[in-house]
Formats: sequence, C-alpha cells, structure tokens
Amino acid sequence: MALLNELAKKKEGLVEGHRLCPGCTHSVIMRQVLAAADTDKYDIVVAAATGCFEVSSGLYPYTSWNIPWIHNAFENAASTISGIEAMYRLWKKKGRTDKDIRFIAIASDGGTYDIGLQALSGAIERGHQFLYICNDNNAYQNTGNQRSSATPFGASTTTSPNGTVLQGKSQPKKDIMSVLEGHHMQYLAQASPSNWRDLMDKAKTALDVNGPTYMNVIEPCTTGWGFPSNKSIEIAQLAVDTCIWPLYEIIEGKVKINYKPKNKLPVEEFLKPQKRFAHLFKKGNEHLIKEYQGQVDKHWEWLLAREASGIGY
Amino acid sequence: MGKKVALTGNEAAAHAIRQINPDVVAAFPITPSTPIPQGVAQFIADGQMDTEFVTVESEHSAMSACVGASAAGGRVMTATSANGYALMWEILYIASGTRLPIVMAVAARALSAPLNIHGDHSDIMGGRDTGWIQLIAENSQETYDNLIQAVKIAENKKVMTPALGAFDGFNISHAIEIWEMEDDAKVKEFVGEYEPLYPLLKTDEPITHGAWAPPNWYFENRMNQLEGLLNAKDVVADVGKEFGKAFGREYGLYEAYKMDDAEFTIVAAGSVCGTTKDVVDKLRENGVKAGLLKIRLFRPFPYKELADVLSGTKAIAVLDRVSPAGAQGGPLFTEIRSALYDVNNRPPVINYTYGLGGRDTQPVHINSVYDTLKKIVDTGRVEKQFDCLNLRGTWG
Repeated sequence: MALLNELAKKKEGLVEGHRLCPGCTHSVIMRQVLAAADTDKYDIVVAAATGCFEVSSGLYPYTSWNIPWIHNAFENAASTISGIEAMYRLWKKKGRTDKDIRFIAIASDGGTYDIGLQALSGAIERGHQFLYICNDNNAYQNTGNQRSSATPFGASTTTSPNGTVLQGKSQPKKDIMSVLEGHHMQYLAQASPSNWRDLMDKAKTALDVNGPTYMNVIEPCTTGWGFPSNKSIEIAQLAVDTCIWPLYEIIEGKVKINYKPKNKLPVEEFLKPQKRFAHLFKKGNEHLIKEYQGQVDKHWEWLLAREASGIGY
Repeated sequence: MGKKVALTGNEAAAHAIRQINPDVVAAFPITPSTPIPQGVAQFIADGQMDTEFVTVESEHSAMSACVGASAAGGRVMTATSANGYALMWEILYIASGTRLPIVMAVAARALSAPLNIHGDHSDIMGGRDTGWIQLIAENSQETYDNLIQAVKIAENKKVMTPALGAFDGFNISHAIEIWEMEDDAKVKEFVGEYEPLYPLLKTDEPITHGAWAPPNWYFENRMNQLEGLLNAKDVVADVGKEFGKAFGREYGLYEAYKMDDAEFTIVAAGSVCGTTKDVVDKLRENGVKAGLLKIRLFRPFPYKELADVLSGTKAIAVLDRVSPAGAQGGPLFTEIRSALYDVNNRPPVINYTYGLGGRDTQPVHINSVYDTLKKIVDTGRVEKQFDCLNLRGTWG
C-alpha cells in the first residue's frame, strides 16, 4: 500500500462541501475506499442508494463527487450498477472506450439488508463486476433512526423504542455476510473505518476481482446511536474489540479473521457510551446484556471454528 | 425491400428490437410480453444482435438497470406488462425525471386482483402520468412501426424523455397477423446512432446523475421535464412523416377514420379500433355516417388536434379499456371531454368500459354503441353517460 504522504496527495473522488453530520463516518469510509483504489490503473463509477450519504453529497445544484456518480432510488443501487456495468461491457466490446473502469455501489444497511436485498442478490448472481459497500449504521438513519434488520438486539430506535413494557429491539441482527456468502462470490469482507489499513487493503482486493464483491463496513452514527461526534472512530474500534464487529474476509468460502483482539472486551464497553443502549443498564435489564453477550460470543466462536476448519467452496 | 411476414405482435416487437440493436436490454418475463425478451435472448444467442442482455430478477430491477445503463451512455430498451409495469412504477418516474430516453414495449394487460393475464389498458393508463411518452398500436404492424419511431422520438434532444410503445396483450401480442418487416439496414439507418449527452462512462468528464432537489429546485426541474414531454408532440408528427417517406407508412398523432363527415363517432385506442373500422364500413354501406377517431399518441395528449377533429361530429362515445376507478369516466373519456370544453356546440360525449381482463369485444357490441349514439342524436337525450360493453347483466 502507498505511504500516507503519498495518499494525502492523491486526487480525491469525494470532495468537501457535503452536508453529512459532524462526526459522520460515511465520508471517512468512502475516502478510505477511494484512496485504496488504484486510480492510476482504473477509473471508478459509483451508484448510490437513497440515504444519508446520498442526500448529503448530491444536492442539486451541487455535488461532492469528483467522479461519475448516480443516484437512482433506495432499493436498487445493485441493479443500477448492473445496468452501468452492462453498458460498459458494450462500450468495451464496440471499442467506444479504452479505459479500465471499476464499479462501486454504496448503500447503508436499510438499502442492503432489507429493501435492496433482492436487487443485490440478483446482481451478484448475474456476476457483474462491482464492489458493493454497505455502510452499516444499524438502522434507517436518514429517516430518523427506525429499526432495520441490521439493528442489534436491545437497541432502542424510533420503531423499536424502549418503553415500560418493551426494551428495544427484541430480535438479533441479521447476519448479512452469511446471507450473501450463499451466492458463492469470490470475495466478501467485513471492515471498520477504525482499522483503516485493513479496510483499504480489502477495498483494493475487492476492486481487483473480476466479478461481484461485497464489503460490510460499520458506520457509527452519532445522531442515531447517541454518542459525541468526536467519538465515532473510538466507537467503531470498540465494536471491533468486543467482537461485535469482527474484521474478517471470506475468500472463496474460506473465512480469514484479520484481527483477533488479545483482550476481547465485554459488550458493555461498546454499549455504555451510546444512548440507544442506555436502558440496558437499568436495574432489571441485566439479562438483556447477558443475552446480547451470548449472541456475540456465539457468532465469534462460530467464526473462529469456520476459520479453523479451512473449508471453502 | 421489406417483406411480408406472418408473425405475432410480440414477434413484431422482438424484431423491432433486433433491428434497432440497442446497447443494453434489461428485462424480466411476464405474460403476455415474455416472448419479447425470449426473442431478444435467441437473437443474441444466434449472433443476430450484439446487445448486452441483463436478465434481471424483477421488473423493478429491469427499469433500475435501464436507468443505470442509459445514464452510463447508450441506447436502452425493455419490455413488460401489467404487474411488471406496476412494479417498475417508482423507477418509471425516475427514468423520465432523469431525462433518459429508454424505450419500452408494453403488451398491455389487466392488473390484479383478481389475477388475470389478458389484455386491457389498466397498466399503461395507470402509468399515464409517469412522464413517459405513450404510443398505442392497433395491430402488429403498428407495434413494430411505433417501437422503431419511439427510439427516434425519445432520443430527440428537444425531448430526451422515455417512450413506451403499447399494444394489447393477446389481441395483438399473441395473434398472428401479416405485416411488413423492413430491411435491417434501412431500420438501422432510420434510427441512426444515439449520442448520449452526459454519459457516466466518460470518466474524464465526471457527471452527477440523480441529485435530489429541495423545494427551491424541484419545481423547475419538473417543469423542464414537462417541456421535453410536450415537445414530443411535434417530434412524433415529424418522425411519423419521416417514417412514411422511408417505409411508405405515414403516421400522425391520431388516425381519423372516415371522420370527414362523421356524425356518430367512437374514440378508442388499441386493437378494438380494427373491429370498429369494420363496423364503420358496414354502417357506411347502410348510409350511417359513422366514424372512428383512433388515439395513437396518448401522452403527451394532443387535445387541441383531437378536439378539432371531433368538433363537427354530432355524438361521441369514448371507449376505455380500463375501469374508471371512481372518476367521472375512464381516462380517455375525461381527457376527450375536457378537450371538447373549449369547442363551440359541444357534442354529447358518453363513455364505455370494455374488454377488461381480455373480455371479447365483437362487432355486435360496437354496433350497439353506434345505435346508442344515433338515439342520442334523434332524441337529444343522454340516458347513460357511462356504460359497459359485454358485461354480464346491466350496469347502473
């Protein structure tokens, strides 16, 4: 990978002037991805799903995108990129371009785990060349923090609120990596902007695959999760160190864990600084934290066993 | 030279697409339009076209991929029907709002429920305000001709608006008719090359497509879009003439069949016009001055031109192949009636719903409409403003 001082000089694809919240990690993640892209070798075209990042970076008559970018709708970033990539193949076939172009679709968890899942599944199965990045901020943040299937167990959102009878979301988070892995794609990775070198390596690897690839990236949301805007990266790091958000790759079906915390922190360390989990620390709710810890441990142990098995497809 | 062929309406659409040879087709199977993507797939498999065919997992993704492909920079086509068209709905507005000249063949079909795979206009009439140009064909020949012209109309730089070429499910899509297929080379020459304005794939000139517009810009955007759609009217007329010069079949915004001295007039669109023409001919033999105004361009609606044609007639029946769904009448009726508001000595206008879910409409039914129009003129009274053709029992 290039040295930091070289990366700093690189022409940016996403530039200043966007309207993301202070402390939002959408732009951080995107800049890490675009910094990782080998733009001397190829150009990038981006398709974005409706969401915080889209409304903040593409507001007529302005744009923060210095590379070709399209927004279509909420649930169809993957099918939109399919069409673009198909047109690119046609341009190549007919000699209308001599450029090497790689494609990125970006969405958040709502547009990926939920409403965009069908389009994503279809696009992966068809084998288009694209990197799909899900910036997972654990809820429908653009509409004001409604629960999605990516919302973790116990989190209070505006549609899974903590109340006198119910204590936040009662279901565990969907394991989207396993859902997508079933497509037997060549490369999937989970990453965090706190571990930026790891994230960049993964983006670079994914963009070099001639087919569909997927990255699931934790995207701490200061407003939805309820933490100070200068803590986003620390929160992401806590998710990694508690193994709530393990950093791993699935390369042709083989799991490779990229980071195993020497001192795996209890989930409370991640939960405590966030308002959405405050109710879990009230007297009488101890069992909920225990339940969540159990879910996290189970998944982590399963991942370790997957890695140890060395089984791919 | 073109050649006479005996093929279905779907095959007419598929051959039009083959000859246009668009850069990308993204489509999903749905009855009755399924044979179109099937045909395209076979033509590609046989090396007769080199289109990139995206076999999407839904119609929503079909239109989404069309939007992506069109914005990427190239000619894009698709086909659908009914529920598939309804599933595209959200993206139909995005295609027109983003000014992408996608062309779609629609084998028009009933919408569920109850599930019904047969022909009517529920789909295209429901989508009449999606900002697309809508051309409606009477038969296979027009299905073929309209799609070829639609490419030129949509891509006109004054228009830059998606267009659909509709034809009745089963009545046209699955009926074998004799029609004239033109030479591949002549069709290619007629449609020409498409020069995209702001292709995403021109990475040296990065462009943002699909930015959102707050209240201080949305309105202007929408009105610019409307201007493009309205510009299509003259372009449809020009391209129709050009098509006539190239292939000997000239098209206008509408077809006025024996309208010069018509006293009793049916206004309709689609395959029922063929039946109606037969009835008009028979009535004329008996000295009844019957006429048909066939709608070809439904969006943008050429209300002035249509009102001019209708202004001399004595009574009008508008046939809608869709339920009025709580409006005063079907969409064609309300448009025609509104267009006539500015005409002096407005003739009475009545409305029929017919052919829903593939219900047969025969000469006897069309005859009954002309009988009613005659009665209205004779008595000066309209007994029923709205009625149904070939419905069990009586309506109202």
